[in-house]
Amino acid sequence: MSSPSDPLFGIHARALGVWQRRAEAIADNLANADTPDYKARDVDFRKVLAEAGGNDANLQLAAPSSGQASSNGSTPTGNIPLEWRVPLQPSMDGNTVDTQVEQAAYAANSVHYQASLTFITAQIRMLRTAITGGGG
Amino acid sequence: MSMFKVFDIAGSGMAAQSLRLNTTASNLANANSVASSPEEAYRAREPLFAAVHAAMAGEVGTASEAAVGVRVTGVTESQAAIPSHYEPGNPMADANGYVYGSNVNPIDELVNMISASRSYQNDVEVMNSAKQLMLKTLDLGK
Repeated sequence: MSSPSDPLFGIHARALGVWQRRAEAIADNLANADTPDYKARDVDFRKVLAEAGGNDANLQLAAPSSGQASSNGSTPTGNIPLEWRVPLQPSMDGNTVDTQVEQAAYAANSVHYQASLTFITAQIRMLRTAITGGGG
Repeated sequence: MSMFKVFDIAGSGMAAQSLRLNTTASNLANANSVASSPEEAYRAREPLFAAVHAAMAGEVGTASEAAVGVRVTGVTESQAAIPSHYEPGNPMADANGYVYGSNVNPIDELVNMISASRSYQNDVEVMNSAKQLMLKTLDLGK
């Protein structure tokens, strides 16, 4: 139950932030599906997960310069790095958005988000059972 | 909560695509317009899309190079040649009996229309999914 990122909900609270960021990135790609020279972006979940769960020392974001605020394991959704999507086929206008791929990614992302929500809900139920002794 | 941003992004996409549908409607409506000179002839209008970046939107952060929607930078006029027809009986004809039509290509416009409406539908779906996810988040723990 105790996780480096969140004492109550483990890695799921942070995962929720990552799925949100990913939904945002894919929404961007879909909104810019007809913009010339737009390059599609996405979150590399494996990389973010490795950063979040792999090592306690990696969890806190480094503060490159003194005086810069560092985040202490909260869910800094704005700081999740985005990667460039590798296009399946080139297009004349330099746009790398493949609408079908983005739609599939968005649908998968929604399912993942709901899965994280389910995990958190189960955790809340468990805590509630522990508090009430199963009577509530 | 950053999920709210999805609404802004999808909203900007819908605004851009509806403007594109508007220009398509204007072009198709004027496909058979005639004029007395090439300068006055109707030219097909095309919107220009550009990605809005977080840095441009006034947000500071490490992810500032990421886009936060789409905007229409302007509407251009097609530079395709204006067709001329010899119609001396037409009241719009010039001194030599020529009228000048529009350079609208109806096939291009129909393709544009389908593309714009599909993109609009995509944005609507994105917004609906985000709304459902947010509602489920509100129900957390119930």
